Amino acid sequence: MRLVRELRDNSVEFLTSFGSAVIFFLRLLAYTPRALLRPRLVLRQVYVVGAESLVLIMMAGLFVGMVLGLQFYTTMAKFGAEQSLGAVVVLALVRELGPVVTALLFAGRAGTALASEIGLMKATEQLSGMEMMAVDPVRYVIVPRFLGAFIAMPLLTAIFNAIAILGSWWVAVQLMGLDNGQFWSPMPDNVDVFDDVLGGVLKSVFFGAAAGLLAVFEGFRAYPTAEGVSRATTRTVVMTAMAVLVLDYMLTAILI
Amino acid sequence: MRQEETLIEIRGLKYRRGDKVIFDGVDLDIPAGKVTALMGPSGTGKTTLLRLITGQLAPDEGTIRVAGQEVARLDRSELYALRRRMGFLFQNGALLTDFTVFENVAFPLREHTDLPEALIRDIVLMKLQAVGLRGTVDMMPSELSGGMARRVALARAIVMDPEMIFYDEPFVGLDPISMGQIVRLIKQLNETLGLTSIVVSHDVQEISTVADQLYLLSNGKIVGSGAPKALREDNSPWVRQFMQGLADGPVPFHYPAPSLEEAFLDREDKE
Repeated sequence: MRLVRELRDNSVEFLTSFGSAVIFFLRLLAYTPRALLRPRLVLRQVYVVGAESLVLIMMAGLFVGMVLGLQFYTTMAKFGAEQSLGAVVVLALVRELGPVVTALLFAGRAGTALASEIGLMKATEQLSGMEMMAVDPVRYVIVPRFLGAFIAMPLLTAIFNAIAILGSWWVAVQLMGLDNGQFWSPMPDNVDVFDDVLGGVLKSVFFGAAAGLLAVFEGFRAYPTAEGVSRATTRTVVMTAMAVLVLDYMLTAILI
Repeated sequence: MRQEETLIEIRGLKYRRGDKVIFDGVDLDIPAGKVTALMGPSGTGKTTLLRLITGQLAPDEGTIRVAGQEVARLDRSELYALRRRMGFLFQNGALLTDFTVFENVAFPLREHTDLPEALIRDIVLMKLQAVGLRGTVDMMPSELSGGMARRVALARAIVMDPEMIFYDEPFVGLDPISMGQIVRLIKQLNETLGLTSIVVSHDVQEISTVADQLYLLSNGKIVGSGAPKALREDNSPWVRQFMQGLADGPVPFHYPAPSLEEAFLDREDKE
């Protein structure tokens, strides 16, 4: 009986928070046109969110690319297929790894920062203070941060992909001795701009919306105490990671 | 006595939070141009009352009229228009921590007006001068002491030249000097700017020196009101307990609890 009751309570709670997230999202969308009229606030957030994650994304891209180069080179050399390495690496990155890994890292770095920043602004009454100064905090604080994350994600994904490709090139060509031309030449024939590249961009756009929404949502509804803010931060990472992986499967299924 | 203009009028206010009744039929009038203090022990909902008056919360029953408008019936833009006529001093100041003192005080001007930068600068410096902190203009909020942060917040609260200003526990946690400064500012601003001031506090001594009129709240009701002097001579036991700071009285020393026998002697039965 207890199990049933807990299951029921948990699913009610899940549905309630899912519903409020959707309402919150619609509210954000409704405010977006007006927020875009003040591009300085949004651009500042793109800069803050992007710059915060940039070094991490670049480092991660470099090593992911290097690992891919090494793994694929040794495996494909067994079948004498190493001349396809370049195309395989690019396809794996552009279609799948780039958007997903960037989104996961983004959630850990920028998403938590956003959630805790907003949660702390709430706990220190800065949001109520704005309300009392007749400035809507959703318009001034929340929407620019959401849009900042939304715009920064595809840009970060592009940087991640570029650096990862260079990383795998360095391992395959410079370390393992693959021919430079063999690495680059299969790419134009095997990588399609619409299917592969745009598909990846589309994913990163969806991930950007999800990561941005969850971070500002969790921060905005955080219980205004130290514990509440830390919970919101944790939930941001967990929820974003789940959302990204589920969305990834759904988008892949649609795009293929 | 001359009939005064009432700026804020509350009738039959009832407000519940969960099962707890916070206000149970409160009527009160706040005259324009005066300093009115709302007093009561901690936990009586003084701050809640401010939030109700400023439309951050909605009452369950009853009406709150500010400058003739019923706050709970205003839509968002009407409420924001009304709030532009209000200043609100939060207990901790609620300064924006990413902005300098200058940008904090300039914030409402930048959001609500299109004034040229030079004029914004003059206004901000004048308001900071009024609270004695022009020298802090380039500091960050984290560099200010608690008393200074509150004065900067006060400068920000008056930067739009409001008609009324709300102080939420302005004396809490201040040293005697800062406290004296805030008391002086409340009085001065009220006189020089022609404001209506509403102060929530439980510091009987300080508030008695600035307030024209006091309301005492307890258990969701008004239990006493009048000029400070009249209240100090009031004979009702509750008012006497509060004004003189007696530990026991109508507000008991002990929070309601199970009887001593139950708490200490019946332990075995319960386990």
